[in-house]
Amino acid sequence: MSLLDIRNLRIALDGVRDADVVKGLDLSIESGQTLCLVGESGSGKSLTALATMGLLPPVLKAIAGSITLKGENLLEASAARLRDLRATSMSMIFQEPMTALNPVARVGQQIEEVLEFHSDLSLSARRSRVKEMMEAVHLPDVDKMYASFPHQLSGGQRQRIMIAMALVMRPQLLIADEPTTALDVTTQAQILSLIRELREDQGAAVLFITHDMGVVSEIADDVTVLKLGEVMETQGVDDLLRRPQTDYTRALLRAVPSQVPRPPRDEQSDEVVLSTNALSKTYSGGGWFTKTREVRAAQDVSFSLPKGRTLGIVGESGSGKTTVARCIMRLIDPTSGTINVGGTDIAMLSQKDLKPQRKKIQIVFQDPMRSLNPRIEIGQSIIEGPLNYGTARDAAMARARELLELVGLPASAVDRFPHQFSGGQRQRIAIARALAMDPDVLVADEAVSALDVSVQAQVLDLLAELQERFGLGILFITHDLGVASQICDDVLVMQNGRVVEYGPAGQVLGSPRQDYTKTLIKAAPGRHWDFANFRPFAEAAE
Amino acid sequence: MVGYIVQRILAAIPVMGFVALFVFLLLRLTPGDPAAILAGDTATPEQLEAIRESLGLNDPIFTQFFRWVGQLLQGDFGTSILSGKPVIELIGDRMEPTISLALTTIILSVTIAVPLGVIAAWKQGTLIDRFVMLLSVLGFSVPVFVIGYLMISLFSMELKWFPVQGFRPIGDGVGDFLHRIALPTFTLTLLYIALIARITRTSMLEILGDDYVRTARAKGLPESRVLMRHALRNCSVPIITVIGIGFALIISGVVVTESVFNLPGLGRLTVDAVLSRDYPVIQAVILLASLIYVVINLLIDIAYVLLDPRIRYA
Repeated sequence: MSLLDIRNLRIALDGVRDADVVKGLDLSIESGQTLCLVGESGSGKSLTALATMGLLPPVLKAIAGSITLKGENLLEASAARLRDLRATSMSMIFQEPMTALNPVARVGQQIEEVLEFHSDLSLSARRSRVKEMMEAVHLPDVDKMYASFPHQLSGGQRQRIMIAMALVMRPQLLIADEPTTALDVTTQAQILSLIRELREDQGAAVLFITHDMGVVSEIADDVTVLKLGEVMETQGVDDLLRRPQTDYTRALLRAVPSQVPRPPRDEQSDEVVLSTNALSKTYSGGGWFTKTREVRAAQDVSFSLPKGRTLGIVGESGSGKTTVARCIMRLIDPTSGTINVGGTDIAMLSQKDLKPQRKKIQIVFQDPMRSLNPRIEIGQSIIEGPLNYGTARDAAMARARELLELVGLPASAVDRFPHQFSGGQRQRIAIARALAMDPDVLVADEAVSALDVSVQAQVLDLLAELQERFGLGILFITHDLGVASQICDDVLVMQNGRVVEYGPAGQVLGSPRQDYTKTLIKAAPGRHWDFANFRPFAEAAE
Repeated sequence: MVGYIVQRILAAIPVMGFVALFVFLLLRLTPGDPAAILAGDTATPEQLEAIRESLGLNDPIFTQFFRWVGQLLQGDFGTSILSGKPVIELIGDRMEPTISLALTTIILSVTIAVPLGVIAAWKQGTLIDRFVMLLSVLGFSVPVFVIGYLMISLFSMELKWFPVQGFRPIGDGVGDFLHRIALPTFTLTLLYIALIARITRTSMLEILGDDYVRTARAKGLPESRVLMRHALRNCSVPIITVIGIGFALIISGVVVTESVFNLPGLGRLTVDAVLSRDYPVIQAVILLASLIYVVINLLIDIAYVLLDPRIRYA
């Protein structure tokens, strides 16, 4: 019998008829096995995990089916019984380790608390068990780290703490809900190998939820693909990647950005729309009595972006890529260096002199859920900029309608509010809003990172089409080397505020010279797989 | 930590300096000559001049200010025009009733309001929650003097459980002290229960939706532990802020309650001083109230650092 067996699970909004969000899901996992649950947002993958833990939010109810863990139906278990099973038989780790840990409690105590309620160990025995566990997840300097607070640790260390907390009672089932999505690629690779290692040591079963096919190819034994609450197919990982049975899975795999850099385009124009020279940003703080440490967020960043081309800035969190984007937009003031936009150095301009320059360069942010004002109709959001530059309201609104059609939305959408659109649609709106200013340069700061892979592919296509049409220079900031490979002509790699490597995409990503770039490329999950052609790259080369 | 506290105290000095300057100028800019007020209607010009000379009013205004501040620093707040007693003594006499009432009110409010707010948030949308919200609307909307007279007519006149008015120092016996201070405390406390319960409920609701509360439940912790250690602890910062501001408000705003219950506290002293233009007393009371605000803000800032390790000592 399987360790975890879910049969015909249905989850619905409480008290609403025909509002099933999970529709008759079946899956099972054996001990020592990893099952990846793959799907886009709204597929019900996280809800299935929460239902297993008995942690569904109050508005949702499991209305039918069974979730059987070691022969016991969890849907019929009492609240007290579920509390006993959590941490001892089943544990869960979450996507964002910063928010998943209590910010005001010491991390060691947060792990120790599990033992306090689920074991009879004395305080000192609990402490030493926690430290053992912290060592097992390869945390350094365990005694010091025990007393640290979450904000004092790095993202990877926090996720290790979460894993230690989940596994300290040696549960047979570990549920990992997108545990590496919020982490940098190099950290992600470490956490994936840690999960593999602990699964072997403890013989636990892992239910691994992800949207990332690269991660799937690295960690899964079996894969279940979900779409809108229904199982599309379940297969062994190799079979799934080579011979997907459904159109949906094929489409998902085709949308995965390839790690192979795009072929170079002919140089279209010598006209440089944006360039920087030795751009630097240093943060130095402090009050009347104190002086805080200087932080050099960006140092000596120089590049140039010709009309109609795309320059990617890639790097991990803290590399300074967003600082550069914000300096270029003059959302923050650079400390030194020049920013040349269409022949004018805007780096040190006053706000008043800056205003006529601002329309030349526009930005699209990462999270379309938060970058549009929720209380303003999108038409108003789009025309706000042009109105500010003296365009007549009627003309601006007519242009807004055109732009919405251009980005693939109906012109009538101008009267609607942001919450009436999906994430991908909102990002299209954000792009239309940027284009309303007729910019020469579009800065896209992680503009597709929050989107599902199929939607991401569509938005990338849209950007390429708009670039063709308007001759836009695009500055594309991303942590995802796949996305960078797919759309960038040139790539600039940043680390700790400095430029590590800068050149044509084919050269930087295809045959990198610097160790850091090599490390980044090596850490990208699924780099051996050519997902779109359903085979590993090694076979394609034969 | 100690460095941080010292730094906060140092930062409070300029604030108090500005308050002192403001109070000083307020008196000088008020229409009317302090000497004339002191001397009364029948004084001769020679007498007035003599008073001016003795008060130092003929000196340059800066000299007067620094001399006054120098006196303040030595604890000399001047002499009440009305009673002729040193102001510091007057205030000293009146401090105890006011501080006592503020403390009993805050202690009672916190003991009742925080659990109410926690339960209301935990059981959001249920009858308990609605009852707490109703209570808080009442607490906000009924004026303190109405509650006061209702309390007196019910508990003193009808049931005769508590005396109508008056104050006994705690030194005269705890029982007697509590018996006398009970009704004013109940009267004032309703507003603060409303305030604190509401802020507790709102903060708790926000935090109960946070990821780490879900983590705490995923660890298999009992609800009591989840609520107290993981949720309430994290919303202590806004709650402490409201408690601190509430305490300062009580001290500087007990005028009505003290009048209704005839308590010989600071509120009454202020009213009497204002009515009779007793400037030295008014000055001292404003300074004292500002000092209380500054000190409470300092305590709140220190509490933040103790409660939330993410706030740095900077």
